[in-house]
Amino acid sequence: MDTQNISLLEGREKQVYEKRAGGAEVDIACDKTSLSGSVSQRACVFCGSRVVLYPVADAIHIVHGPIGCAAYTWDIRGAVSSGPELHRLSFSTDLQEMDVIYGGEKKLYKSLIELIDQYQPNAAFIYSTCIIGLIGDDIEAVCKKVAKEKGIPVLPVHSEGFKGTKKDGYKAACHALMTLIGQGSTEGISKYSINILGEFNLAGEAWIIREYYEKMGIEVVATMTGDGRIDAIRRSHGATLNVVQCSGSMTTLAKDMEEKYGIPFIRVSYFGFEDMSKSLYDVAQHFPDRPDIMEKAKEIVRDEIRKYYPEMQKFKAALAGKKAAIYVGGAFKTFSLIKALRTIGMSVVLAGSQTGNKDDYRALKEMCDEGTVIVDDSNPVELSKFILEKEADLLIGGVKERPIAFKLGVGFCDHNHERKIPLAGFIGMYYFAKEVYESVMSPVWQFAPRKGGKR
Amino acid sequence: MTAKTATQNACKLCNPLGACLAFRGIEQCVPFLHGSQGCATYIRRYLISHYKEPIDIASSNFNEETAVFGGSHNLKLGLKNVSQQYNPRVIGIATTCLSETIGDDVPMILREYEALMGGAANLPVMIFASTPSYSGTHIDGFHAAVRSAVKTLAVGGAKKNLVNLFSGMISPADIRYLKEILTDFGMPFMLLPDYSQTLDGGPWGEYHRIPPGGTSTSAIADSGCASASIEFGSTLEAAKSAAGYLEAQFGVPRHHLPLPIGIKASDRFLALLEELTEMQMPEKYEDERRRLVDAYSDGHKYVFGQKAILYGEEDLVISVAAFLREIGVVPVLCASGGKSGLMKQRLQELIPDMEEQGIEVRHGVDFVDIEHEAERLKPDFLLGNSKGFTMSKKHDLPLIRIGFPIHDRFGGQRLHHLGYRGTQELFDRIVNTVIEERQKSSPIGYTYM
Repeated sequence: MDTQNISLLEGREKQVYEKRAGGAEVDIACDKTSLSGSVSQRACVFCGSRVVLYPVADAIHIVHGPIGCAAYTWDIRGAVSSGPELHRLSFSTDLQEMDVIYGGEKKLYKSLIELIDQYQPNAAFIYSTCIIGLIGDDIEAVCKKVAKEKGIPVLPVHSEGFKGTKKDGYKAACHALMTLIGQGSTEGISKYSINILGEFNLAGEAWIIREYYEKMGIEVVATMTGDGRIDAIRRSHGATLNVVQCSGSMTTLAKDMEEKYGIPFIRVSYFGFEDMSKSLYDVAQHFPDRPDIMEKAKEIVRDEIRKYYPEMQKFKAALAGKKAAIYVGGAFKTFSLIKALRTIGMSVVLAGSQTGNKDDYRALKEMCDEGTVIVDDSNPVELSKFILEKEADLLIGGVKERPIAFKLGVGFCDHNHERKIPLAGFIGMYYFAKEVYESVMSPVWQFAPRKGGKR
Repeated sequence: MTAKTATQNACKLCNPLGACLAFRGIEQCVPFLHGSQGCATYIRRYLISHYKEPIDIASSNFNEETAVFGGSHNLKLGLKNVSQQYNPRVIGIATTCLSETIGDDVPMILREYEALMGGAANLPVMIFASTPSYSGTHIDGFHAAVRSAVKTLAVGGAKKNLVNLFSGMISPADIRYLKEILTDFGMPFMLLPDYSQTLDGGPWGEYHRIPPGGTSTSAIADSGCASASIEFGSTLEAAKSAAGYLEAQFGVPRHHLPLPIGIKASDRFLALLEELTEMQMPEKYEDERRRLVDAYSDGHKYVFGQKAILYGEEDLVISVAAFLREIGVVPVLCASGGKSGLMKQRLQELIPDMEEQGIEVRHGVDFVDIEHEAERLKPDFLLGNSKGFTMSKKHDLPLIRIGFPIHDRFGGQRLHHLGYRGTQELFDRIVNTVIEERQKSSPIGYTYM
């Protein structure tokens, strides 16, 4: 096949950039909907809303529409809960042809009443899918009616798939969360308190992060949405600071909370030693009247790095000089991964995201080495072309990218929502390095055609 | 109180998924969904988790304007783009709930596109299946795509020494086995859809935009001249099927069989091949059959009287139920999210003493319904796809994974279900599950069972 001559789709040229000495300014055209006919790795508005709200474990999540959207999102993420697990169930109004013709409001109402009676949730989220936007169901009215009858928040999430991109889905989810925030009592919340935003508790990551902050003497009011609880979200406006990870999904909420409740926010990342440490220091710095918090932060960083440093050196010795390609959802994660990979001696030859913005890509260019390819909203053909051309030894991505790596005989690290191993925090960096090591150093690649593995 | 109106933990998938899967079995074909980006992405993810292969599905990427003014522009642009980037021989186009609800007339748009591009000769073959997600399930989409492929490509003419096999939604390993059987009978054949290689292939030195393998367009074209069609799927009606179309259009006789699972159903299939080829079953299969009969004797005591709950696509459930009755297992519940309306009747035909045996049949159910039944029926094991694991864990019931999807075990694409060989594999797995349970629950710790 002609991998050397893969043409970029017309209209894609501006979403790919290669860093070269004296090259042009980076001006990636992002924030665009995917091109018709391309095989994008992106999803839709519904997907955006669903991933943000998914980990709220004491609410029921009802997908209003035909069966597909609910079936494909049933228990697909590693977001764990310390208590109720309603989020792991899949509910759909499963609209049929007659419902599409005559409207689905009655079915939605009945479904809601029955499900609330059966599961006694603390809230219900109602996701509109594509055709709801067309058949004109008045979801708001149904939600209001049921909320009144059942005495719990019933929140519409306007996530019709075609009405924008995944980012618009994030916004719709943040909007639903914003409706809840402010409803609870903030009594007894410490002045030294934060909310953890954009942390979804995949493989218990939120618990790891929460423990660090608590050790520093900081109260965590709510994590949104990892191991999420309605009551905690309702009183989260009582926190002093919002700490935002996964900037793409949760910045909207942080901004809204700042505007409405005067809560400032900082952006952090929990991936890699460097960024993890910084996210503890940045929070400590927010409370200058309590120098003990900073002292404690330093102590945690010192102890944790000391714990994992020797192992990391072993990984680094083996991985030094290996090359990685990164293609993940948000650009902010890409930054952390580049740093984390450097910690273990690896360079990055391809960096991209589904949903980065112009500033992200400019920052990415600053960070990257010469020759690194930067892509926005890429596709399998493009990703493979660059992986092969740049002779990557590892691809970091999600489930849709995994088979691309494996087909080409390249190592892979799952950095998406399905992972079962925590990659956040200091211990997460250890697991990350271990996973990268185990995949890159596996002897199986010797048989790959890329390595000339002919009989 | 149990909620009845909503579907909870669905035991079915949507129509377009089946179409994408079937399109993957046509050589040099790109599946193309006319709808939102999410449909293609979710379906890709779902298929990839089972087959562990790259699965590219293009999308016309609806936006708000498309939804208001119709999908014509996006579809044409999408076809142009996908042709440019993938250079496919075939584009398999399936609709979604969105494009169906706004009422896009896809065949008309395709004609316009052809005219725009200077005629069909310059373009990939376009196969279109209407697959609204609000009706039927993934299996309907699968059959719609297969029928549409034949409708688009098949041509009539002088009869050839050729048999068509429409094998339904089976595993890549099953497809390979069926091809081996037909080859051993020395019968020229056209099997559709053949995703045995596209969804279970080797490593690549470079990226293939479209994986090698699949039924070729010329083979599908010939299907109109075949001497017979064999079609699996107890509930698949001629009016909705590829073989049904070929019979009505070109007079190719349709031989309609259940999926050949178990000795009796496999015998029926092989007897039909003997009849069509006027050849004796090759010794190799006699051997396989003899070993299977021998295995039935060796293992019968372990499984006799065991109770199973069986779920999945209706056709799979029907055939596996009949097989279970051959070995003394009682499928106390045969359940499906599908709702053809034919499941009970077809089961009755294969298992005449169904009621005396206490076999219950339920269509249009979800996993919460099945779970409730499990509490009442207290089965010894579950038989179905991996989505039953939630129930299996909760009620401590062993789950024997068959069919699609298998997202929590390795090698789902390489499982055999069909013919003597597939039945053998299935039987071994069932017996071993029972043995393992007994061994585990025995305080003695027998080292032989």
